[in-house]
Amino acid sequence: MATSWQEIFDLGSRASANGSAAPEDAEKRRGVFRRLRESLAKSRKALSEEISASFFDRIDEETWERLEEALILADAGAPTTAKIVERLEHEVEGGAVAADGEAVRARLIEILAEVAATGRAPIDLSASPAVLLMVGVNGTGKTTTIGKVAWHLSREFGLSVVLGAADTYRAAAAEQLAEWADRAGAELVRGAEGSDPGAVAFDAIETAQARGADVVIVDTAGRLHTQGGLMDELAKVRRVIAKQLPGAPHETLLSIDATTGQNGLRQARIFAEAVEVDGVVLTKLDGTAKGGIVLAIAGELGIPVKLIGVGETLEDLRPFDPTDFANALLAE
Amino acid sequence: MFDQLSDRLQATLSEVRSRGKLNESDVDAAMREIRLALLEADVNFKVVKSFTRTLKERCLGEEVLGSLDPGQQVVKIVNEELTGLMGGTGSELAMSASGPTVILMAGLQGSGKTTACAKLARFLGENGKKDVALAACDVYRPAAVDQLVTVGKRVGAHVYEQGTDADPVEIAAWALDRAREERRDVLIVDTAGRLHIDQDLMDELARIRKRVKPHDVLLVVDAMTGQDAVGVAESFAEAAEFDGVVMTKLDGDARGGAALSVKAVTGKPILFASTGEKLEAFDRFHPDRMASRILGMGDVLSLIEKAEQQIDERQAQELEQKLRKNQFTLEDFLQQLKQVRRMGPLSGILGMLPGMGAMKQLKNANVDETELDRVEAIILSMTPEERVNPGLIKGSRRKRIANGSGTRPQNVNQLIKQFDQMRKLMRHMASGKMPDAQQLAQMTGAAPRPRVRRR
Repeated sequence: MATSWQEIFDLGSRASANGSAAPEDAEKRRGVFRRLRESLAKSRKALSEEISASFFDRIDEETWERLEEALILADAGAPTTAKIVERLEHEVEGGAVAADGEAVRARLIEILAEVAATGRAPIDLSASPAVLLMVGVNGTGKTTTIGKVAWHLSREFGLSVVLGAADTYRAAAAEQLAEWADRAGAELVRGAEGSDPGAVAFDAIETAQARGADVVIVDTAGRLHTQGGLMDELAKVRRVIAKQLPGAPHETLLSIDATTGQNGLRQARIFAEAVEVDGVVLTKLDGTAKGGIVLAIAGELGIPVKLIGVGETLEDLRPFDPTDFANALLAE
Repeated sequence: MFDQLSDRLQATLSEVRSRGKLNESDVDAAMREIRLALLEADVNFKVVKSFTRTLKERCLGEEVLGSLDPGQQVVKIVNEELTGLMGGTGSELAMSASGPTVILMAGLQGSGKTTACAKLARFLGENGKKDVALAACDVYRPAAVDQLVTVGKRVGAHVYEQGTDADPVEIAAWALDRAREERRDVLIVDTAGRLHIDQDLMDELARIRKRVKPHDVLLVVDAMTGQDAVGVAESFAEAAEFDGVVMTKLDGDARGGAALSVKAVTGKPILFASTGEKLEAFDRFHPDRMASRILGMGDVLSLIEKAEQQIDERQAQELEQKLRKNQFTLEDFLQQLKQVRRMGPLSGILGMLPGMGAMKQLKNANVDETELDRVEAIILSMTPEERVNPGLIKGSRRKRIANGSGTRPQNVNQLIKQFDQMRKLMRHMASGKMPDAQQLAQMTGAAPRPRVRRR
């Protein structure tokens, strides 16, 4: 019942057209990869234990404290944790939820998934070309994610992708994206180091239009939300894109590192003020961090997680599923 | 943010003064506020628990009981305890007695290792006048070697690399041989970001360590890391036995509780702080500043230091003389303004001031840039005599200056008033005292924080 690629990417009229392009191949590939993913998931599950009903064997003050602790350790933050625990406690004590372990556990997952799903919407790639802008703080995995998205769009849907290396600041950033373009079978458009990022974005979109490519993904330099000048620059890049192609960027994704603590909420708030963030990519979930901060980002800002990154290779990208996420949040 | 915890504690403990002394429930209430503040700051849940336990004991003791302002007294104690926890001895890099000092950098993906390598190279090169080389042992991340070569060049450090086909352990060993041959003072080994739960890569790190026998192993930690910091630190401590920590991206507004967590759990000191994307933005770590930051109390000392770097020694001495003798004039003020502007965008500096953390106020700071233009214009419209003796400026002179600078007479008035306050503040600082939040607020033109004593 996990969210599928078809559900997370809205391809507009393209969906039926390209979907039938090479159905057998795509099916086969999907089969192989699904098996691979499942076997990996199994081994991970063997190491981890989902929160079991026994957590709620006895339901007393200590139960709620332990639940609080678990959520805080998952970086959900004190305010969000308090809201969720209070809500569940209220429902149990009010009789809306039966006071038995399994019922409480199930209800908890439901509540968590509900919060995580706030503002849920697919990634809008219905336009032609569709423009996707990647933004985020330094080191959160923007460039790697772009490689993965490009690869998945090409493999799952047969789409052609152009990458715009608009990180013109960081040493060897374009080289890094070039490597991913190569691996993902996407075309790369770049500028000289230190050149104007808006100009690179412009060139990338122009190239996509000339080639009739389906999707343009624009990489940007990592920047701290506290740097007003850089946030202004980002807003400017977005304006350049919007002016060039009305309606673009059709999707702006903010990358959030799963290890990020409470600062993640501030990041989301301020990036959203600068560029209208449509969704979050939660990266590095293959580590031990749970990424609980996205509960606050969704709950308070209405910005949903759309993709998760689970490793450093092309395949390591998944559509975000609120229930899977809720289960993983409390797993040991 | 400065007064947030202080205010909250004042409110929580407001009843106390009427009662005369703190009882256990008062202390518990205070501990709840502190616990919230520390969790907000991303200090690990378990570290918060044990820390507040220690704190409670101290608070139940004599110091707070007799205090006139229990809220502020508690904050003082928290600050002291935090600073103590994060400081400690052994906070220096171990250096080699003969041959190159080898420093191994490790950490999670995206923590800022490669940039930190270049910054450390520059730092050691400048401050210790050392010949520093870098070894490119990240063969996994696309263009990682290119990145290190590029930033290495910028800081004048030689980079030993063998592309991405060789084994990182071999590259490290080879780089060390070369560093020895070429008589480098320091060799900094950059490694690939790795998950602490990736057994293969953690084994690789251990093998690199065994092979090059570093004098220092540094764990690079992103300041915005949340609760996970503890698990990461513990695993890296076990596999790599790191000696110290480099905190990165401190120019953000993450409170940085991870620093406390790592120190508390591993006992390893935080040696360096990376405070920006420029390669110069790298400094020794200051535990007292970090304690204030974690509590949400801003980072005033960094600000002072930044200012000090801009003023050269001779000028600084001259300035000090002038301040002492109260000879500081508007002309000098103009010079100071220019230097303040060279320090960087005002919003960045203001962000370091206590109480200036909130974004709203930073937005106002952009207005202040034009304010500074205006101030400059006004002073430039004054005669040299007027700059030295602003008391002369009344009526017609004021009008003349206003016209000349394209401002209004009330702007001229305001400047002279603000200048006076600034002069008092600088005299205050020149005598070695720290400005308080109110003085700083007045200096920057922000609304002064009301000092409300709640009854």
